[in-house]
Amino acid sequence: MKTATACFAFVLGCLHAADYVPIAGGTLRTALPLDGETVPVAAFQMRSKPVTNAEFLLFVLANSEWQRRNAPTLYATNAYLSQWRSATDFAPLPPNAPVTNVSWFAASAYCASEGAALPSWTQWEFAAAADAVRTDARHDPAWRAQILGWYEKPSVESLPDVGLHPANIYGVHDLHQLIWEWVDDFNGLFVTVDSRAQGEQKVLETCGAASLSLGDKENYAVLMRIALLAALNGQDSVGSLGFRCVKPAQ
Amino acid sequence: MSKLQFQPCCNRALLSSLLLAIGSLAAMSAWADATADLPVEIAELNAPPLVPAPITRKTPAKVVVNLTTEEVIREITPGTKYMFWTFGGTVPGRMIRVRQGDTVELHLKNLPSSKVPHNIDLHAVSGPGGGAPQTLIAPGKDATFTFKALNPGLYVYHCATAPVAMHIANGMYGMILVEPEAGMAPVDKEYYVMQGDFYTPGAFGAGGLQPFDMQRSIDENASYILFNGASNSLTGKNALTANVGDKVRLYFGSGGPNVASNFHVIGAIFDKVYTEGGLKYQEQVQTTTVPPGGSTIVEFVPKVPGNLTLVDHALSRAFHKGAIGIMSVSGEEHPEIYSKAATAKAEH
Repeated sequence: MKTATACFAFVLGCLHAADYVPIAGGTLRTALPLDGETVPVAAFQMRSKPVTNAEFLLFVLANSEWQRRNAPTLYATNAYLSQWRSATDFAPLPPNAPVTNVSWFAASAYCASEGAALPSWTQWEFAAAADAVRTDARHDPAWRAQILGWYEKPSVESLPDVGLHPANIYGVHDLHQLIWEWVDDFNGLFVTVDSRAQGEQKVLETCGAASLSLGDKENYAVLMRIALLAALNGQDSVGSLGFRCVKPAQ
Repeated sequence: MSKLQFQPCCNRALLSSLLLAIGSLAAMSAWADATADLPVEIAELNAPPLVPAPITRKTPAKVVVNLTTEEVIREITPGTKYMFWTFGGTVPGRMIRVRQGDTVELHLKNLPSSKVPHNIDLHAVSGPGGGAPQTLIAPGKDATFTFKALNPGLYVYHCATAPVAMHIANGMYGMILVEPEAGMAPVDKEYYVMQGDFYTPGAFGAGGLQPFDMQRSIDENASYILFNGASNSLTGKNALTANVGDKVRLYFGSGGPNVASNFHVIGAIFDKVYTEGGLKYQEQVQTTTVPPGGSTIVEFVPKVPGNLTLVDHALSRAFHKGAIGIMSVSGEEHPEIYSKAATAKAEH
């Protein structure tokens, strides 16, 4: 099996193996407290940057069933990679911009091809709580306002390259201010542990229910992430939605 | 080869939706029978301050409403811009007008250019969430939701996506009028106005593109309190117009998210105020309070020409935060009702 780390020197320039950085784990005060306000997060490794168009092209070249014309609609709607010129040409998008318009199924398959998986919500939330010097910057109003600023800017036709935002304390780039990102359990975030508890379902679609079920009410940027994930089905593709992968700790 | 694997959560979700589907099949087909014979209408949706035409039908219909959610940059006051989140590109969103007993099929499309997900909760709906769970949509997606307009009245609709106070503070509200079965008395002029509070780091008119200020919103410390989403949306060339003697009806609502309106028209007395947008009216009212997520219908007759001024009578809001609008009245003078100062001086 070919992997996305293969080197197609003549076509794309040589791509190095994806860079994964260690994240020590710990206790996370989560915005989605399903079983108490904190959750333990085991150590893991996370891709330092989101998957790019060039990387995803290598993946679809090696796995033709994930090319635009081949992917079954059950796993990817016709918005899948719809900005690409063809099934095997990401132009006019730049090679180092994050790949978007990918379904959850396609993103999962990509991560599997790297020997990895999509992060769980708590893994993503844990890594994204950090800024350049702190593992949890979420109490800092200035940091929150900076992240929130991204949502005030209109969507752009062409996304900038990955890695342009400074890395956080773990060496991870672009968790904020570039794209939305898939998580592995996006459709399991809002289900109660006991499905018989019809009256207490933790749903986000309505304002009243959301105010009861959300833990970090002043972190609007994270609440918007959660709302977006709640709006998705696994086969959906959105122009501002990409992904990165995680691996178990070494 | 990569493999397609269902997560355990997917299996559970699949199973439960399958069971739900089987369970509600009978109810669904009964509903389909009941609405199949209704005439179908596409709702006329006008940008504020215009109001859709009164309903002349005497029987129920299925009304198809096509709404979009759009994120647009526009002037909040001359020289200062703001990124508004809207229904249909305007603040407030397009007004919907149906008749009591109508079945409303609402199509909501979130434009691909949007950054965030949106949905809609209509206060005219009887049922959990008011349509919000059925319509939560990512950018580029659409959703359909059907409800029966059981109760007449003037109802607010708004986006209910988390963080909901931010979606509303960015302008995501509008109104739906459900006319009573008996219809409404004809008038000469109808207009649609909503008040909303806006939160920016800079003070009123600070210039540039101002972002949303979360802390000011939580503190309920508004930078702008506006009619129809801009300080000049009802002034100058945008002023409302009427003639002396016209019966004027205003559909007025408060989007909020936080500030109630003390709605007053300088130079007029409301003959009727359908308090809180309901069926009963109070008479001879100067100022009426409208809570966020609430509405009122006011009726009055301008008696003399000149400018009437719409304000929130908590007057710092009108004169420092933008809550001001003009109704320009033309027609014949009636000095026996209102003598202008210059004329009065000349007569002395």
